[in-house]
Amino acid sequence: MTPSVFVPRDSSAVSLGADAVANSIRTEAARRSLDVKIVRNGSRGMFSHEPMIEVATSAGRIAYGPVTTADVASIFDADFINGREHPLRLGIVDEIPWFKSQNRLTFARVGGTDPVSLDDFLAHGGYEGLGRALAMRPEDVIAEITKSGLRGRGGAGFPTGIKWKTAAEAPATPKYIVCNADEGDSGTFSDRMIMEGDPFVLIEGMTIAAIAIGATHGYIYLRSEYPHAYRTLTEAIAVAHSEGYLGANVLKSGKAFDIEIRVGAGAYICGEETAMLESIEGRRGMVRFKPPLPAIEGLFGKPTVINNVISFATVPIILERGANFYRDFGAGNSRGTLPIQLAGNSKSPGLIETSMGVTLREIVHDYGRGTASGKPVRAVQVGGPLGAYFPASMLDTPLDYESMAARGGILGHGGIVVFDETVDMARMARYAMEFCAIESCGKCTPCRIGSVRGTEVIDDIVNRRRVRESLEILRDLCDTLKFGSLCALGGLTPLPVLSALKFFPEDFGLAPADVDFIAQDLTISQPATDGINEIASR
Amino acid sequence: MSAQHSGNGHQGSNRAAIEVAIDEIVASVGNKPDALMPVLHAVQDRLGYIPADAVPEIARALNLSRAEVHGVISFYHDFRSSPPGRNVVRVCRAESCQAMGAVELAAHIQKRLGIEFGQNSADGAYTLEAVYCLGNCACSPAIVVGNDIHGRVTPERFDEIISAISPREESR
Repeated sequence: MTPSVFVPRDSSAVSLGADAVANSIRTEAARRSLDVKIVRNGSRGMFSHEPMIEVATSAGRIAYGPVTTADVASIFDADFINGREHPLRLGIVDEIPWFKSQNRLTFARVGGTDPVSLDDFLAHGGYEGLGRALAMRPEDVIAEITKSGLRGRGGAGFPTGIKWKTAAEAPATPKYIVCNADEGDSGTFSDRMIMEGDPFVLIEGMTIAAIAIGATHGYIYLRSEYPHAYRTLTEAIAVAHSEGYLGANVLKSGKAFDIEIRVGAGAYICGEETAMLESIEGRRGMVRFKPPLPAIEGLFGKPTVINNVISFATVPIILERGANFYRDFGAGNSRGTLPIQLAGNSKSPGLIETSMGVTLREIVHDYGRGTASGKPVRAVQVGGPLGAYFPASMLDTPLDYESMAARGGILGHGGIVVFDETVDMARMARYAMEFCAIESCGKCTPCRIGSVRGTEVIDDIVNRRRVRESLEILRDLCDTLKFGSLCALGGLTPLPVLSALKFFPEDFGLAPADVDFIAQDLTISQPATDGINEIASR
Repeated sequence: MSAQHSGNGHQGSNRAAIEVAIDEIVASVGNKPDALMPVLHAVQDRLGYIPADAVPEIARALNLSRAEVHGVISFYHDFRSSPPGRNVVRVCRAESCQAMGAVELAAHIQKRLGIEFGQNSADGAYTLEAVYCLGNCACSPAIVVGNDIHGRVTPERFDEIISAISPREESR
């Protein structure tokens, strides 16, 4: 039998030279007259080992990494085709502790299979969830999702089943399914890895949602920064169509469902669900007022279920294995697993899917092995650019919705960015305001103007200009942004700013007492308007 | 989707040619108002940017006002209203990359190319753009040159990437 060698097509692996390695393996095999089948798989998410190649042996899949083109001849010499020893040999993939200790449910197939092979997908449990869903009543499918405890993995954490039920019960037709694949948060890449590594699972999840709520058309709103994901998704959708898994008569059920990809154009705000709907409809990505909820009046004014990639991609395993199987993972009201993305200054970054409730320390130190620079960890930002910065002293915080909320933070889309001791937290706070200014849709004044003003007052504080007054203004701005913005961009930008101030005042030239107005849970302790009136009356 | 253009955008100011291009694109994408984003992407992929002369043509084809079309073009960071250089260099400036030296890398890149973010080099070889996350955060800092994504980019690595392009540029 022709041996199979796996070289990831994941864009992170490609960014480290995986395409060149695949070509080099092909050339070297030809030179040695060896018959080798090269499969371009997804990534296992162990990026310190990428480009990580695998070979299928009778003992299981054996990994080597990181492999460069310069190593290819020597791994052939070492007979890697039969899994033999080599300095880059990492062992049997499923036995590598970093990988073995995870609970890969949503990511069960990623890295194992050929992402665009329907046969591979079917051979590894694919479309079993849809098969079960088609045999159930739609309301029972929704009840199963509700019972599983699945909450929106895009960041808001809203119960998925309740959202589906709302759309299902809305009388208007047609209904739409929209997948939010505008994964714009720095430090996150789980959506990308699913779309590049197992696109059929997303298609299956969206199809189950469509059948549950009675939708016939779906959109994937994909960010333009993900051209590799665009190619895998396009290929998988075409295969699903030709094999009868999408189209006018899904698996001969009499139900129709189609999926169309819409590509964004570099606007972070289009990850906000109503701005996304505007963008799909062909307009500027301006946030809509809510209510009405998109589940009742969404795309083209019709009932629309909008879920994140990971939420949809988790639906099939819930249907396949049952709600109880899924909800047995997790902690408190945070059920199931979370695909955590460890990034930034981490020695061993990557995709870690594990039960909710794992601590930041386990992720940053056990999986991540500290910083890439070898310097002490000083701060971690959890939940993307709108998430809080926590100091190293708070690493025992569990990663679940409730524990993060209790500390004033957010879990967001599950991204964690590590910073070493060289980080200037005043610069990061300023950047948070700057990013808000760059990406604001401009509809509401707090976000549009408050963010610009925010960068100015942080500059004033750092440059020792009118420090007391500037702090008062910053407090007032954060209060106004938090309570006066239309959406989470303006509403949450104060989080990175206030947490940087609270936990790292020295970086702003301030003493801890100067930031007493920020409580430990990052709420602002007094109405800030008193301060601003005081300044105005001077 | 494409960030690499062969330079044919420089011929794009011919109004009649633009009209033909828009008609072809609209014929393939469709002419409903919600086709605007796909149409704009297709125009930019074909011409390298969206010329001012294309705006009334797109508006006509989709039955929109010119203001609506202009409003959408100007809202999204990706859409360009002037031709880019032959090699577009996009540098991630978001948090994860900052944690791995993106600020220093960005300074080096600006010096090496002799341009600031948002500018084209005088010889038309390069355009430098900021991007906020490429989803390559486990391999920070990340950049895209043309269509190729690169991870764990150091100033030295950047110089190697540019050196691989230079002969092509010098032989022009």
